[in-house]
Amino acid sequence: MTAAEGAWTLAFNRFGLGARPGAAIRSGDPRQALLAELSAEGGARIDRADLPSTPKILQAVYDDDWRRKLERDRQDAARLALLGMPAPSVAALLPPSPLDAAPPAASMMNEPRPAQQFFRVEAQARLEQACSAPIGFVERLTAFWSNHFCVSVAKSDVCRAAAGAFEREAIRPHVLGRFADMLRAVEQHPAMLNFLDNAQSIGPNSIAGHNNRAGLNENLARETLELHTMGVGSGYTQADVTQLAYIITGWTIVGRDGKLGEPGAFAFNANAHEPLAATVRGRLYVEDGVAQGEAALADLAREPATANHIATKLVRHFVADAPDPALVARLAKTFRDSDGDLGALARALAADEAAWRAPAAKVRNPWELTVAAYRAFGRSPSDAGPALSALDLLGMPLWQPGGPNGYSDDSVAAWASPEGMKTRVELAARFAGQIKDAPRPTALLEDVLGPSASAATREAVARAETREQAYALLILSPEFQRR
Amino acid sequence: MKASDAWPHPSRRHILSAAGATFAAATIPRWASAAARDPRLVVVVLRGALDGLSAVAPIGDPGYADLHGALALRWDGPHPALRLGDFFGLNPAMVNFARLYGARQALVVHAAATNYRERSHFDGQDVLESGMPGPGQVDSGWLNRAVAALPAGDRVGGARALAVGATAPLVIRGSAPILGWAPSGLAAPTDDLVARLMDLYNHSDPALAKALQAGLDADRLANRQGMDALKPGGDVALLMRKAAEGAARLMAVDDGPRVGALAFDGWDTHANEGGATGRLAQLLGGLDGAFAAFESELGPRWNDTIVVAITEFGRTARINGTVGTDHGTGTVAFLAGGALAGGRVVADWPGLRVADLYEQRDLKPTTDLRAVLKGVLAEHLGLSAEVLARAVFPDTLGVAPMKGLVAA
Repeated sequence: MTAAEGAWTLAFNRFGLGARPGAAIRSGDPRQALLAELSAEGGARIDRADLPSTPKILQAVYDDDWRRKLERDRQDAARLALLGMPAPSVAALLPPSPLDAAPPAASMMNEPRPAQQFFRVEAQARLEQACSAPIGFVERLTAFWSNHFCVSVAKSDVCRAAAGAFEREAIRPHVLGRFADMLRAVEQHPAMLNFLDNAQSIGPNSIAGHNNRAGLNENLARETLELHTMGVGSGYTQADVTQLAYIITGWTIVGRDGKLGEPGAFAFNANAHEPLAATVRGRLYVEDGVAQGEAALADLAREPATANHIATKLVRHFVADAPDPALVARLAKTFRDSDGDLGALARALAADEAAWRAPAAKVRNPWELTVAAYRAFGRSPSDAGPALSALDLLGMPLWQPGGPNGYSDDSVAAWASPEGMKTRVELAARFAGQIKDAPRPTALLEDVLGPSASAATREAVARAETREQAYALLILSPEFQRR
Repeated sequence: MKASDAWPHPSRRHILSAAGATFAAATIPRWASAAARDPRLVVVVLRGALDGLSAVAPIGDPGYADLHGALALRWDGPHPALRLGDFFGLNPAMVNFARLYGARQALVVHAAATNYRERSHFDGQDVLESGMPGPGQVDSGWLNRAVAALPAGDRVGGARALAVGATAPLVIRGSAPILGWAPSGLAAPTDDLVARLMDLYNHSDPALAKALQAGLDADRLANRQGMDALKPGGDVALLMRKAAEGAARLMAVDDGPRVGALAFDGWDTHANEGGATGRLAQLLGGLDGAFAAFESELGPRWNDTIVVAITEFGRTARINGTVGTDHGTGTVAFLAGGALAGGRVVADWPGLRVADLYEQRDLKPTTDLRAVLKGVLAEHLGLSAEVLARAVFPDTLGVAPMKGLVAA
């Protein structure tokens, strides 16, 4: 195997989402191919007219909730009437609906909820984008950032419905842009404000606070410092957390009533905002409405600890469980020198010899593995269902990490666990058993693994007793599992 | 062709008829006279290349015991072969097939192969199932084309053909409509896949090997606790029987499928193949259970049924260094069903001296498997030789359908 041929495999596996059939793509310099993907028009965006914006999505969720509530009330009234008891005047008790809520049918209680429907459509769009990318570097970066700034669909219907839109609106436009812009877009997105409870956070000295409606919730402020920017143990204090929490009080989601703007959109609610100056990391932020928090976030984005945190995670994700400190230092410097230009950071990673020299010791996480399997057979699933079930079984349900720290894709041990490996075998066998009209296994192996395939893997695939078994062995081979 | 149950000399080519039944070339096919016939045909593809010499052993051939060594079946010992006459012994795992053979409802074709002479499983299966002269030419199988070629209004052609398994076997894919059904658990990884993967991991990735082994151990523990019934590597014989039972029940229905196809994996016995007992015997026991399931679940329909079990090629006559056999050429086909003129081993026996072997290593194929399949399609489903040679097995005008397989 020549150096260039080995580099192509790394380009596809370490930086991308796996090769697709058609060896023509292996011509030229793989580093240049990665850079070309970074500079392609559209960047990480998904441009599809059929995917609605977050406000439109949340309005559908609100409306559905409203209809269900009316239906429950109606059924309650009917039951009371059956017992000969006077029904309360439901309509008189409820505020008028902004939409003309049609009388809901009883069957609607069994229909799939809008949140789940949006989730499926968004999941399908993400899968298609990943399966059709030339190499998949930009999609890998998208997944990295989406996981860095994760929300979980298990939190609420708002998160389930808007998780995909969150990725499209807050992550993708900035994957090759500025970190500070992504940070602001994330912390002001309704999905994040719901996921980390900031939508309910109220400054004690605000108008709402004086009305004693509720109080401060520092969840989002804490994770902003601990996970999103500087990283745990990097020098910020509890006081910094609390002060940042005050600063971002009032960052909320417009409710169904539309009092603060378009229902389902981000809003700055001055009535809930702590109207005072605050100090974070020794920097004073005078009261300035929403701009006060935006200024604090912009400064956190420039903290040297943030550059180190991001560089370390990036190297750990792409290159090795134990990141090479010199490589981390070079990327952190790029981050600082470029003022958090994430495109520059990605180019620096792709151009660094150390990122190509490290052995392929990491294991593909379930998302990468699932997408790579589809790509290897030149497929893009027309139904996201099987891929989503596979991700569930492999312990990486889409947009549903166990906590705000995201999926633990930092280590081989996390994904190549005994149960994980067994499940990989079961799923590979099932997947391979459903493949129709694929090339001969040995030809496919050349296309997908190329010269990096070991003699043992070649032999195992060539000697398999059925095509299905050969495909399963190809997917399960060390060269396919590792990157 | 002539028949005899004597064996004059191992090198002399001969047709064997172990049960002593002679069959004439001029047999009048049943379909020609009985309009009320309602035939069923099932094709079982044994993927991985079945060792015909361990399944139906030529114990009477003086070369056999030496060549097949530790795997050779014997007339004596703790697990004696089941007698199919004086020359051939059936693997003792196949008691039901032996019983059917005695009732003249089963027969074996030996030293058979398609025209494929290379040794790739995938290409061999392509030729076996597509019925084309070479691999990779079409995406339809000969069984589907046979159904499609039946005249309009035919009972067989009028019902959808049945494909058993997560994917339809190639043999039944094509333009004629098919019905799919899979018993749960069929798609689970087999012991064989897991064993091959563990080999690969042990060779090139000990960390993955260790993790997978730990996962499998945990799984076995769970199985012992009765926590999971149909899990990977589950009872392979049980899976075969379940697949056959389900297929038979569907085919027993009055308006059910008349033609079906199944595929059983796992026959690629390169190491520790076993003889009268062991891995291959377990698989053959599973196949035997499948035959029995078809017989019992089809009920009265069994009398109109033929089940054919075929494999892409055979294995080396000589055992290898890991007490298994490698890819070879000639092998057996099993036929069972109440519609058969059974109780016979059909073979033009090539002998097992080194000079008799194909490329000095494999049982030499002396019967074209396609002639057998064409014979079944002609006599059982009523397809003409012309249609068979043109549409079903293209370019096989020179391969005449074998006659007399179906009971008159």
